[in-house]
Amino acid sequence: MWDWTFTFEILPVLARAAIMTIEATALGFAIAATLGLVLASIRLAFPAAGVVVTVLVELIRSTPLLIQIFFLYFVLPKAGIVLDAFTAGVAAIGVHYAAYCSEVYRAGFENVPRGQWEASIALNLSPWNTFKDIILPQALPPVVPALGNYLIALFKETPLLSAIAVLELMQTAKNIGSETFRYTEPVTLVGVFFLVMSLVSAGMVRMLESWLQRR
Amino acid sequence: MNDMPMVRFENVSKRYGPLTVLDNLNLDIGRGEKVSIIGPSGSGKTTVLRMLMTLEAINDGVLWVDGEPMTHMMQNGKLVPATIKHIRRIRAKIGMVFQSFNLFPHMTAMGNCIEAPITVLGMKRSEAEERAAELLDMVGLSAKKDHYPSQLSGGQQQRVAIARALAMRPKIMLFDEVTSALDPELVGEVLQVIRKIGREHDLTMLMVTHQMGFAKEFSDRVCFFYQGKICEQGAPAEIFGNPKNERTRQFLNAVLEAG
Amino acid sequence: MWIRMLTAMLAATLLLIALLSANPEYRLFMPGLLEGAVLTVEITLLGAVLAVFMALIAALAKLYGPLPIRWLSTTYIEIFRGTSALVQLFWLYFVLPQFGIFLDAFLVAVLALGLNIGAYGAEVVRGAIVSVARGQWEASIALNMSKAQMLRRIILPQAFTAMIPPWGNLFIELVKSTSLVSLITLADLTFKAQQMNQSTLKTVPVFTLVLLIYLAISLTVTIAMRLLEQRTSRGLTRGRVA
Ligand SMILES: Nc1ncnc2c1ncn2[C@@H]1O[C@H](COP(=O)(O)OP(=O)(O)O)[C@@H](O)[C@H]1O
Ligand SMILES: [Mg+2]
Repeated sequence: MWDWTFTFEILPVLARAAIMTIEATALGFAIAATLGLVLASIRLAFPAAGVVVTVLVELIRSTPLLIQIFFLYFVLPKAGIVLDAFTAGVAAIGVHYAAYCSEVYRAGFENVPRGQWEASIALNLSPWNTFKDIILPQALPPVVPALGNYLIALFKETPLLSAIAVLELMQTAKNIGSETFRYTEPVTLVGVFFLVMSLVSAGMVRMLESWLQRR
Repeated sequence: MNDMPMVRFENVSKRYGPLTVLDNLNLDIGRGEKVSIIGPSGSGKTTVLRMLMTLEAINDGVLWVDGEPMTHMMQNGKLVPATIKHIRRIRAKIGMVFQSFNLFPHMTAMGNCIEAPITVLGMKRSEAEERAAELLDMVGLSAKKDHYPSQLSGGQQQRVAIARALAMRPKIMLFDEVTSALDPELVGEVLQVIRKIGREHDLTMLMVTHQMGFAKEFSDRVCFFYQGKICEQGAPAEIFGNPKNERTRQFLNAVLEAG
Repeated sequence: MWIRMLTAMLAATLLLIALLSANPEYRLFMPGLLEGAVLTVEITLLGAVLAVFMALIAALAKLYGPLPIRWLSTTYIEIFRGTSALVQLFWLYFVLPQFGIFLDAFLVAVLALGLNIGAYGAEVVRGAIVSVARGQWEASIALNMSKAQMLRRIILPQAFTAMIPPWGNLFIELVKSTSLVSLITLADLTFKAQQMNQSTLKTVPVFTLVLLIYLAISLTVTIAMRLLEQRTSRGLTRGRVA
């Protein structure tokens, strides 16, 4: 059933693809974390724009990531923006998770007591300085674990990039499968990789959480 | 068998980790006897009731109810730890009313009172409803039988809880500070109901209370707990009128001073 | 208030779909896409049933089962939450046949997605059960109920209310993850879109319509769950004494 020789043969190939998966995760999350913060800050600074952001977030969260990947990959070229598969895919993942992250930041902002804003006004701080020096440093640390959980969720969705033929883990495993007619080893190895990575990172998030609580 | 007391704590101990909450407790409660438990906070009063209701396991000793062991059962002439089946058979004789009412929020007053008679005793719904209606009438809540707990005041909720416990026809009723969560003006209506069931039902009653006046007037015996032991016990007139123990005296002074 | 905003969004979405369909460029695609949407909805519904079933079983097993059963259910939950839905789908689709088990693609889709969401649901159910006040258990013991009676009559009905919002989110995740089944040759909404895109190269109309249809499905699910939430919480908060 399980062929160890074959397993060791494909391991280096899969390892290279795993690096691609991790790169996609890192870049995608960088976009998600930054754009999410921007969206949440817009909501905070311009309540009038809040409705637009709310609707946008709801839109992004209500439709499949796979369709969003296709959309960026196939529709943007029509507007003259040609992205390679990796860039388009990572951008779509980043935007999708930015919607989730913006909700996390919003909760963080809401948890900062009103008195902090009022005290800053009393000290005659500018709104920008209040935001940057007073509010952000208090709002961010408590939400780091929640962001960590979305990082893990994002990581687990990178196999979707295989749909536009990005050579990440899943695509590589499928290619190996179609060439050798053996799917058991490559697909199972991919599963094991994701399982181990998720369990380890979930453990790290929990440690971070308890450290933040003790702090 | 009838010469056995209704409840017997025989060398019962209860520990939470290194903390000994009850230390080698021996206590008999007679048939139909009304016993009040008083004592400072943390002295183990609630734990006594919770062990009897099987909400807490005991660490040492044997608990007897109505002439039979409850925490244990006889096997080849020896006492062995009881099975859940045995515990449930004995536990059927006991009812309990909690400080925080613990009514089922998704059921009406009537629903609360018929749930266990139907599911546990296998009563017919009509029969259970008839009996529950009588009990709700007895606690003065006929008009509220279709109300949900969230629509009732604390005093009304506690009276429903009493009716609910009585609907299971227990022989023993446990009351754990049942008026402590109530606004002062609602305490009276609940105590009134307890007096009434004391008169009208042939029940053995064990109550933890901070209402010294009520304990004095209502109970046959008062037990003063201190640090997991019975420090002094006796007739209410003795305990309240002429406490022998220094700690009892201090406790009563402190309580009476507070009002 | 929130339901109203969601309903408005749903109405706007449907209106937009109707308006776009008036344009022949778009109308062309509607019949095929609706066909795909039917499959998407079917997989969603069956997957949801399986997910709820698995979640209940796994949560109760993890809470109250004997040790081996508890391990089994923990393993199920961790494996299906720890690997991605697509990996699970491919594993069932490509690897099972190598063990001589041939399942129809539709069955694989329902199984993979139902098991995946069920694993997340198990933690939701477990969380809701343990968050029921301890006094409710104690009152049930004092009324001499059996464990099964307590769970069925007292604990689960109360946990149910707490479970609805997180299940709403999970059902949305389910709707979205049905798009993955297009990658195992099932002709769902996403598959149809891909197909039409490749054959006509009318990328903008195709993907705009598909996004709107998914949005309509998701919003319907969200609104339904909000309504359910309102209905069930009524008993618990009915006319709360001020
Ligand atoms: N579940 C528990 N775990 C650890 N300690 C407990 C627990 N329940 C009660 N205790 C301790 O047992 C002692 C007696 O508690 P209790 O019977 O509730 O006292 P009382 O009702 O007289 O105030 C207290 O010191 C309390 O802190
Ligand atoms: Mg107490």
